[in-house]
This record gives sequence, structure tokens and C-alpha cells, in this order.
Amino acid sequence: MREEVYMAGMGGQGVLLAGQILAQAAMMVGLEVSYFPLYSPEVRGGRATCTVVIANDQVGSPVVGHPAMMILMDKIAVNNHLDRLRPDGLVVVNSSLAGEEFDRDDITTITIPANDIAIDVGSERAVNMVLLGGYVAMTESVSLADIEQALREVIPERHHSFMPVNIAALHRGAQAAMKAISPTR
Amino acid sequence: MTKRKLIGGNEATAEGAIAAGCRYFFGYPITPQNKIPEYMSEHLPLVGGTYVQAESEVAAINMLYGAAATGAWAMTSSSSPGISLMQEGLSYMIGSELPCVVVNMVRGGPGLGNIGPAQSDYWLATRGAGHGDGRCLTFAPYSVQELYDLTGEAFTIAQRYRNPVMILADAILANMKEPCRLHERRDHPTQQPQWAVGGARDGRPRNIINSLYVDLPEEEQVNLRIARRYAEAAQNEVRLAEYGADKPQILLCAYGIAARICQTAAQRATQAGVPTRLLRPISLFPFPAQTIRRWADCVEKILVVELSLGQFIEDVRLAVEGRCPVELMGRTGGMVMTPEEVTDRIVQMGQSD
Repeated sequence: MREEVYMAGMGGQGVLLAGQILAQAAMMVGLEVSYFPLYSPEVRGGRATCTVVIANDQVGSPVVGHPAMMILMDKIAVNNHLDRLRPDGLVVVNSSLAGEEFDRDDITTITIPANDIAIDVGSERAVNMVLLGGYVAMTESVSLADIEQALREVIPERHHSFMPVNIAALHRGAQAAMKAISPTR
Repeated sequence: MTKRKLIGGNEATAEGAIAAGCRYFFGYPITPQNKIPEYMSEHLPLVGGTYVQAESEVAAINMLYGAAATGAWAMTSSSSPGISLMQEGLSYMIGSELPCVVVNMVRGGPGLGNIGPAQSDYWLATRGAGHGDGRCLTFAPYSVQELYDLTGEAFTIAQRYRNPVMILADAILANMKEPCRLHERRDHPTQQPQWAVGGARDGRPRNIINSLYVDLPEEEQVNLRIARRYAEAAQNEVRLAEYGADKPQILLCAYGIAARICQTAAQRATQAGVPTRLLRPISLFPFPAQTIRRWADCVEKILVVELSLGQFIEDVRLAVEGRCPVELMGRTGGMVMTPEEVTDRIVQMGQSD
């Protein structure tokens, strides 16, 4: 098993945190994992990306040219990165900021109105958790319960009051993904 | 078995040093290694150590020189332009036969360059350490766990050969996070080495730490002594790892982060019908020349993959001594090749005959 996911968005959307939580969850279930962040120096509004590779044994390259999976959090991320998704790959897109129309017909696209859902569960800042939930629903390496465990490890104790919002966001994202995946493709 | 912790390469490097007994850090900020001094500034005081942010890299390396002269287990870390500034101090430490550990998280260059990953300080690390007939013993980790383990071990190696040891990594290894098994923090041996300065309070003859030898034959003897230690290191400290096909058509040579990329490429190229083996030097000086030479007789071609335009390949070619063709695949200036690109190149090489 080798799972490669590339995440991209604008600074402040929580791309890097989503990647770290996925990596933490993978480690906690006993898998090998690497998390490789790449971001511009701006505090907000810059571009943020990360690559997470999960494997049964050695991870090998933390750098991936054509990932099989992506989470793209805004329109710029789609424009910049979707062409690198492997044919037959799967992408989870934040349709609140990136719309529903994409150039490729050789991939599986899961669109989730992540900003709308995040506002609905109580905080727009949970947009990363909505998309991560959607991603986890589509993959096998870790479960939503594993992500919840990882959240408790990664989020500092003093912020644990935000846990219910994040967990709700995860589950709503997963539900939205299940609904979005249709045989029509 | 200890629990695994998801930590970054910089933090693993710093913790590896503290856990091995390092108690003194002198440095000056530069990306992409700032989390090393940050970690040191928080954790060294907790174990009775000392952290100093110097006014420049030149000051930092000379503080390290002073600390090492007293037998302290001390280190500095920096990134390419900062390591350039430290060359003079390193040369003096080699000449004074002093152990220390220097970490270089290499970034794009030359000049101020950028903060992207690079391996373009290979020559600086393995040939350099300023002027004179000395070099740094150099090790190149390729994972967060290895950054932790090797940085710790570097202190023992430095003491054993009374020479600076360099840990050579890059911006990707510095920033990436991986599961890492940490052991308990140890203190280093309390006994001061016989050569160290410290006031000669116990009535022993006084020691002098110096790299100035006005007597020419004496200086030659010093150089020969240092060379003998390098020869000894070549016997005892050569480290490498090998992965992939047992009867390869193509041998990949890569170190550090490039070796990680090649690990995946070797696997895929083998699956695609070109049996490929990866040889990864972990010690760069001393260099695992013998093993590479042995493989050169058994493969069609060698592909060297490095984040520079032909530095590491020189050592491979010296080892191969013309036994087989050696080709280069390099990226530079902070850019990285993908495992897909390396795989394509191997398959192309495998089919061209």
C-alpha cells in the first residue's frame, strides 16, 4: 500500500494542519508516513501545500510528481495543481471557492461546499476538517475515528474546546463526500 | 520499544544532539534550519546546558572553537551561506585537532540563493572546511529518524577522531515530519579529555590548543597525524545502505533526500522491467568507494542523482575508475526531481542498449 496525497490552498485555510493530522493518524495506526510542507513566507494569503505519503513499509520518496489523490481548497489550487493529478486519480475540491466545473474527465471529482458546511457547524476555520473528512471517507488507510484520535494529539490541550466543531466538520465532510460520489462520474 | 513521535527534521536533529550529551550550542539564525536553534534555546537550559545566539556565523563558529577546546560537547547549525562564513573557524578547529558537530541544512545557492532544498554544498562539506590539508568527516541522513540517530552519533565520532563532523541535509529533510523513535537523554562522559584546556588545576602539564606551527617539520607531522585519523575513519566509519534488485542492470547512486526519491524510482523501474539497485552512501567522507567499485563491474551503467549539477558524481567516478559509464541526473537552485522523472530516465537508459 502506498497512498500519496497532495494538499493545496491559501495560507490560513489550514492545509498544513490537515496534512499533519492525517500523518499523525497514519502513524498512530502503525503505518509509515512522511509529511512534507512547502509554503510561501507570507503569514496570510500566501500559498500553502503539503504532500503526505502513507505506506505499509518504507515510505520512499516524500516528493511526488503525479499524486493519485489531492485535496484542493480554492480556485488557485485547482488551476495550479489539478493537471498533475494522475489519470484515474481522485480529487476532493472545495466547491465553495473553486466551483463545480473542471477541465479533466479522466479523474474522480468529489466536490464539497466546505466553507458553507464549516459555517454551518460553527466555524469557517474548520474548512480544512470538512475537506479532510471528505478525503478520509474516500480512502482506506485511516478512519474518521483515527483522525479524531490524531486531532487530540496534534491540537494543544488549551484549544480542546474547539474539538466538537472540528469533529462535526469531519463527519459532515465525510457525509458530503459520500453523497457527492455518484456512479455517473 | 519506545513510542513513535511525529516530529520535524530540525527538531529531531536538535533532540538527537541533546540526547547524545551535547550541552552547548552557538548559532546565528538562517532559514531553513531555524527550528534547530529554537529547539536548543528551549531545551538546553532544561538539561543544564548553554544556548548562545551569536552576533554572526563567524562569532558562532569561534565560540564553538573555544567551547570545544575545553572538551565540551558542542555544536552549531546553519545553512549554506552561513556555513560558508564558518569555513575559517572550521579550518582552525581541524588544525587544532578539536571535535565538534556542525549541521548544514543546505539551501539553494550560490550567493544568498533561496530557501529551497539543495545538495550543492557537497564539495563544501567533503572537500572544504576552509584552507589547509584537512576535511570534515561528513554524514548524510535521509530520514527524520536518521537525522536524530546520526546527529547523536556524530558527537562520539568527532571525539574519536578529534575532528569536526558535518551533518549534511537539506530544506526538505529539515521541514518534513516523520515518525521517530526517541531514546532517553544521556549525559556525555564527564571525564575531560587529556588534550583539553581547563586551567591545569590538578597539577597536570598545561595544554595548549593552537593551530599555529612555525616549525615546518612539526606542522607536517600534525598533518600526517590528521591524515592517519582520516585513514582510520575510512576503516571504521564508512556507512552505506542498499536497496532493490539483486542482479541490477542499472545502479543508482544518491545520498540524502535524493536517495529517498530514488528509493521509489528504483522500485518502479524494476517493476517496469529494468532491474535497478540503489546504493546510498551515508558517510560521504569517508566515502564508500569500494562497494561502488564492486558494483561497477556488475552493472551496465550507473546513474547518479543529486540536487546539484555534478558534485557528488565526482566521488562516484573516482570510485568507479572507468569500469562503466556514469551518467548524471541533477536539479539545482532549490528544484527537485520527482520519482516519476527518475524512473523514466532509468527505463530510457535500460532500453537504449
